[in-house]
Amino acid sequence: MTMPLMKSRRKNPVLRTRQMNLPPWARGRTALGMTAAAAEGRFELQVCKRCQAVQYPPRDACHRCLSPELKWTPQSGAGELLAETVLHHSNDPFYRERLPWRLGLVQLDVGPTVIVHLHGDVASPLTPKPVRVHVGARLDRAGAAVLIGFPPEETANMADDKMLREMTSDPKFRKILVTDGKTEVGQALVKALVKAGAEIVWVGHAEPWKKLPGLDDITVLPQVTLVPLDLTNGRSVAELAGEIGGKVDIVVNNAEVHRAFGIAARRGTDVAKAEMDINYFGLLRLAQEFGPALKGRSADGSTHAAAWVNLLSVYALSNFPPHGTFSASKAAAHSLAQCLRAEMRPAGIRVINVFPGPIEDEWNQNLPPPKVAPAALAGAIVKALKEGIEDVYPGDVAQEWLERWRDNPKVLERELAAGG
Amino acid sequence: MPRASYAGVAVAVPVTVPYRRYSTHGAHWFIGQALEALVERSGIAKERIDGLTVSSFSLGPDTAVGVTQHLGVSPRWLDHIPTGGASGVMALRRAARAVQAGDADIVACIAADANHVESFRQMLGGFSHFARDASYPYGSGGPNSIFAFITAAYMRAHGATREDFGRIAVAQRANALRNPNALFKVPLTLEQYLDARPISDPIHLFDCVMPCAGAEAFLVMREERASELGLAHVLLRGAIERHNAFADDPVLLRGGWLVDRDDLYAQAGVRPEAVDFVQTYDDYPVVVMLQFEDLGFCGKGEGPAFVRSRTLTHDGDFPNNTSGGQLSAGQAGCAGGFLGMTEAIRQLTGEAGERAVKDAEIGLVAGFGMVTYDRCLCTGAVILGKAS
Repeated sequence: MTMPLMKSRRKNPVLRTRQMNLPPWARGRTALGMTAAAAEGRFELQVCKRCQAVQYPPRDACHRCLSPELKWTPQSGAGELLAETVLHHSNDPFYRERLPWRLGLVQLDVGPTVIVHLHGDVASPLTPKPVRVHVGARLDRAGAAVLIGFPPEETANMADDKMLREMTSDPKFRKILVTDGKTEVGQALVKALVKAGAEIVWVGHAEPWKKLPGLDDITVLPQVTLVPLDLTNGRSVAELAGEIGGKVDIVVNNAEVHRAFGIAARRGTDVAKAEMDINYFGLLRLAQEFGPALKGRSADGSTHAAAWVNLLSVYALSNFPPHGTFSASKAAAHSLAQCLRAEMRPAGIRVINVFPGPIEDEWNQNLPPPKVAPAALAGAIVKALKEGIEDVYPGDVAQEWLERWRDNPKVLERELAAGG
Repeated sequence: MPRASYAGVAVAVPVTVPYRRYSTHGAHWFIGQALEALVERSGIAKERIDGLTVSSFSLGPDTAVGVTQHLGVSPRWLDHIPTGGASGVMALRRAARAVQAGDADIVACIAADANHVESFRQMLGGFSHFARDASYPYGSGGPNSIFAFITAAYMRAHGATREDFGRIAVAQRANALRNPNALFKVPLTLEQYLDARPISDPIHLFDCVMPCAGAEAFLVMREERASELGLAHVLLRGAIERHNAFADDPVLLRGGWLVDRDDLYAQAGVRPEAVDFVQTYDDYPVVVMLQFEDLGFCGKGEGPAFVRSRTLTHDGDFPNNTSGGQLSAGQAGCAGGFLGMTEAIRQLTGEAGERAVKDAEIGLVAGFGMVTYDRCLCTGAVILGKAS
């Protein structure tokens, strides 16, 4: 059984903080299909459209019938552990620093044999009795998909497994900054993160004189500290980063300005500028001040700096004209978040982009349901942190838009122009 | 249609460019040294060598073609065979057909690899598409973990113990002490083998080969030509190869030899009992045990009992890897796939010195190469006979 993770001791300030060496990140273009699925939390393998053969490692033709028509298809992951090994030696710097390391050879029930990182709670196959295992795909610290052998049933402290902790950004014992505590989403996030075991949650508070409902509910939590943070003000961001930047393990940027207008419904650019100033420039300011500190601590023990979460919108994929300027600001933020992800990757910091449909809040008041409840959105974000997911589309609307966008972005554009 | 015989094909002039743990020289240097030694030892002018095979992992971006200009040779028959542990068997098979057909008169088969301080690690990540996508990212950095799985699965299936594998390694070390070119020069006891540090359970230190730099080479020609040139030689009696055999087996517990072994012995006109020594491919001891089984020296799953009942040293009742093999001589990349071949030629031409197998007439050399993902894909074997 996995031992529960213990709170790490105060580190010796004299010692150099360990720097990150990424695990081997190179993959071929075809193999990246597995990474694309794992980024959204799915384990997919190539299945031949013609003969239904399931294959792995990824190939450019079906190894049975030679068809090039191979579809990435979700898998149950059920399989049998054929053999295990514990590495005591590795030529790779990432693994050298983390030995011993357990690996398994698993035959999936659907056929292929896969090499997996093996969870500590999976039994050793020492007798002829079969050892069942559940295989899932996760992104590793390099952001590339790897396969993991889990015990077939949930075990106590499963998430605390040393290997799994490297693949995820579990909030347990981590110090987290939530950039805006005045919204319902922000407050739901704080509660969910505290519940998930966060050690400290710093909560940004742009206008301290405003007494907003719900704020008291989170400030009574012992883990929570309100901090002054105004993302429109570079100095405010820099000051906070100077104070807590070296301690933050996870940044959750949920601050946003949302007004429901297109182009013609309002004169001038003030509102659009305000949206951009928080939704786009706010992210830029935050990333410039907090990014480097996070990168410097990405290999710092069991509670190393781990993740950066951006609250975007599914409108970032394709403009929703009734909320046209907001959509544009989120599209800009999405583009910048991709840049941030590329820049954080060498340090192994995961950038999680969250694309909700309309949230159940005052700025979506006129939109019909279904809408994402703040608590559900917060739950989806904590799940993404725990399971190492990179792109999150919470809620039915977001899921449906994503499907339509993937199917044909031009058709979706026309449908949205016609009112949805 | 039965396969054409290899009758009349001679293999001669075994050459070893001494191994070194690390070398600043590149693969071309070692290939050059090997060709020079072939020319010097055979007395054949470089210009008369009209066929060439090259096996190397560290030659890139060159292939055998680049080697011709580098070394100033102009062969009329050329092959590039970078298939690691199977390269010796595969080179000999191809060269044999070339000289039988008259496409070449004298073929130089050369395997060589460089080993710089960083090169082994760099080679691992780029070894194959499957390795890059599906095994290297898991940290083993090479075949250690793959053969740990295979060893563990074999132990589970057939009840083998670490001692059984230890017997193979210890006997090979005893052989290596009589091979001046072996990198390991001190005896190894079973106790030391068992006490060695773990590398990737159940693989421990002495289950692993030591990567090094070096070269191995030999000449292939028709028997008449060898006699005319006065070269000590052996005769190729039979040869097989197979790739990606038993692809549906979930883990490699049998090799492609099993598919073709009857063909091998029929072609050579001998039974396994007539073989005086074997040169198995020994990247890990479990693979040696698989070859004992799959080449018909014992039944499937009987490997452990076989190694307990036989003596595997050069002077034992079942001599195996009389040079010390890669486990004790070193693994010079693709040259590791030639090591058994040059050693077998030496044994059958009276050049094996104090590790000679007494009265050896028939030797078997097996090849096993290319772990692109979870198993070795190439298997092969040849039977060589003493020239009358």
